[in-house]
Amino acid sequence: MNRVTRANTKKILYSVLLSFLFMLMVIMPLYVSPYTIILLNSIFMYIVLTVSWALFSGPTHYLSLASAAFFGIGIYSSAILGDQLPLLLVIGLGGFISFLLALLVGLSSLRLRGMYFTIFTFGLSELIRHSVQWWEVNKTGTVGRWVIGVDHTTVYYIMLAILLITLVAAYILKHSKYGLALLSIGESEEAADHIGINVNAMKIITFAISTFFMGATGAIMATRWTYIDPSIAFNPLFSFMPVLMAIFGGIGHIFGQILGASVLTLLADVLLTKFPYYYMLLYGMILVIVVLFLPKGLTGLKEEVKKWWGGRAVK
Amino acid sequence: MSPLLFLDIFIGGLMMGGLYALIAVGLSLQYGVARVLNVSHGEFIMLGAFATYSLYLLFGINPLLSLVITGPFIFFFGFLIHRTFFKRLRRLSPSLDAFEGSSLLASFGLLFIIQNVALLTWGPDVKGYSYLSKTVNFFGAVYAANRLIALFFAILIGLIFYFFLMRTRTGKAIRAAAQDVTTAQLMGVNIHWVLGLCFGLGALMAGFAGSLTSMMFEITPLIGLPYTIIAIIAVVLGGLGNILGSLIGGLILGLIGNIVMYIHPGLSLIAYYIIFLLLLLIKPTGILGK
Amino acid sequence: MRILEGEGVRKNFGGLAAIAEVSFHINHREILGLIGPNGAGKTTLFNLISGSLVPTSGTIKFKGENITGMKPHQICKRGMARTFQLVKLFGNMTVLENTLLGSLFGTLTGMRQSTALKESLELLEFVGLSGINGVLAKDLTIVNQKRLEVARALATKPELLLLDEFMAGLTPTEVSLAIELIKKIRNRGITVFMIEHVMKAMMSVSDRIIALHYGEKIAEGIPEEIATNPKVIEIYLGV
Repeated sequence: MNRVTRANTKKILYSVLLSFLFMLMVIMPLYVSPYTIILLNSIFMYIVLTVSWALFSGPTHYLSLASAAFFGIGIYSSAILGDQLPLLLVIGLGGFISFLLALLVGLSSLRLRGMYFTIFTFGLSELIRHSVQWWEVNKTGTVGRWVIGVDHTTVYYIMLAILLITLVAAYILKHSKYGLALLSIGESEEAADHIGINVNAMKIITFAISTFFMGATGAIMATRWTYIDPSIAFNPLFSFMPVLMAIFGGIGHIFGQILGASVLTLLADVLLTKFPYYYMLLYGMILVIVVLFLPKGLTGLKEEVKKWWGGRAVK
Repeated sequence: MSPLLFLDIFIGGLMMGGLYALIAVGLSLQYGVARVLNVSHGEFIMLGAFATYSLYLLFGINPLLSLVITGPFIFFFGFLIHRTFFKRLRRLSPSLDAFEGSSLLASFGLLFIIQNVALLTWGPDVKGYSYLSKTVNFFGAVYAANRLIALFFAILIGLIFYFFLMRTRTGKAIRAAAQDVTTAQLMGVNIHWVLGLCFGLGALMAGFAGSLTSMMFEITPLIGLPYTIIAIIAVVLGGLGNILGSLIGGLILGLIGNIVMYIHPGLSLIAYYIIFLLLLLIKPTGILGK
Repeated sequence: MRILEGEGVRKNFGGLAAIAEVSFHINHREILGLIGPNGAGKTTLFNLISGSLVPTSGTIKFKGENITGMKPHQICKRGMARTFQLVKLFGNMTVLENTLLGSLFGTLTGMRQSTALKESLELLEFVGLSGINGVLAKDLTIVNQKRLEVARALATKPELLLLDEFMAGLTPTEVSLAIELIKKIRNRGITVFMIEHVMKAMMSVSDRIIALHYGEKIAEGIPEEIATNPKVIEIYLGV
């Protein structure tokens, strides 16, 4: 079998596998316990956050720590508009408002590079959190808010739909000329600009698109949690986790991002139930080990093992 | 506004500012020289605080004296962390930007680890002790003695460190490394030793600040992060990599924080963030940066 | 017909004039050389032309259109490409991907991937880089990196190509090959503006040469005139 047919066979195989997996997810709610549904919901949520974060930050190396801000905006959209507008509209609005804010942020922080960009995004996220907190305490009088609840199954299917859309979008982008252009921006912005790539526009728009999915996810997840307040909605962990998950799984491949998010969410669930007092400690150790020994993440590990294995075969 | 009230706000601001300056200088040593934006910096403050607290409660050791005991341990701990983690990370990173990114993540991991260990050791409850809490008259206003002592010690530590930086050979090596690591190496500076030293000294500053803090405030294992954030803002305010700048940045933040607190309590942190973001947008190189 | 014109171009950095009132022009399908000692402002002039820097005053016209203050990608889309003194390749991307990007985003948008691919492969062969499509750019030798940068620039289908010290660090054989390549580029109808220190190459391939010194144009003319110009001789030999 020559190389082209082998590649095509691989593609067909993957498509079949993925369709099967998707079908499985669709019929899941009929066969598993509510607890599993909730767990799957969390996994879907973290996959979306991780993949959408990596959409921009992966190729361009602009490490954004503002995911919590956009996720939180989605949550608050639900909390504020949830009882006045239909659910799907609220979700769309949650994504759209995040998108608008991201455009603003992108336009203003254009000239920031590297560490400056990262701490700017972190500072912004925290500013939003504290400001909303202050507003709720001093102006609205309520700190927490109640969100109209939606049943677990509906949340599950909506979350699954958002997941599907996000993955398709990420895949299409990565394999288009824009995906290639984003990589080139991560290598040399000046050179990219000189070969006709509108670097500023591409950065800002990609960043904004990625936050749309975060906002939409926040809007639907709020209906599952039903009670939210600024420290829940804008929790900095929602900014750090996607980064950790992407690096853990392998930031360069969408599969790696999905893997990282799934494994770490499952791990967190296990740890929280079995060792609630050691949860942070173990997470911290994983973070340090991954950064020190697995810079390419789990998918990189496969490469390392292959190399090692191949070497042994030669010996 | 009466001049007395103004003075009150000013001195109160300086007290916090002195503490912030100490913390900021510590972080500046770690970021400016070793290029590690150590978000676990605040955890060293917390460790210093709890170490002093424990020594006072268990052995009745004078908190100020405990600085001499806890100091070397925290310094060594910081030094060791750099030599084991960050030195290796530096070697593995393809570029300085990549190193800054991955060391940032590694220090997050450190933050989780240290905080959790502290929670397991001392529990989440608020703790505190009383030391020199009687009030003293100073320029017409009334202050707690421990705050004045803390300010005095912060200044003392700052001066000693300044002297060390300016007059000793090691201090000169540090200043050289802060300007240009490669050239410093070419001039014969044992760079890995200096980087480790700076990281250790940064941890030491944090530890000292923590010990002083424990005299004045109640402590929990969670007090670290807010101080880290203030340190980051102070370092950026003064100019990344500029040690004197971060000292000034800390003082300014202390003053502004106190002023804002008089106008509307609870807005200080928001004020800090707004200053921080505006600074990054307008002059990211800070006050003293190039 | 003048493809590029600069009128009274000035660039100040603080109080220092890096480029002081320089006027220049290039004719269609010409090879114009730019020489001058280090620090004369040659790369700065390129940066002003390509859009990396904005002039403090003066105008730059490309194909009759005022491009002063435009962004690099806008200028590229109008038909200008450049290489850099310190090669700026997309190091972690392959040779083919580097070139492909130029093809996909240059002067002609909406290209089909297959056409862009064909174009890129042809250009890689043109510059002398066949058979290494899958190699990462950062793993190439310096001369191949320079060739790749030219291929990438040519992929944008420019009418004017700016070459910044293309021959720096090349062996005499490689310099001869480089001269051949530049002539081939001109034969394709592309105008070339090149900064060079390798005098022999400059003299043999340029139609005209401009000499800069401390940000000012001190001489302009055909190679023979420049070679015998007393001011030029003075700045290079310090006599």
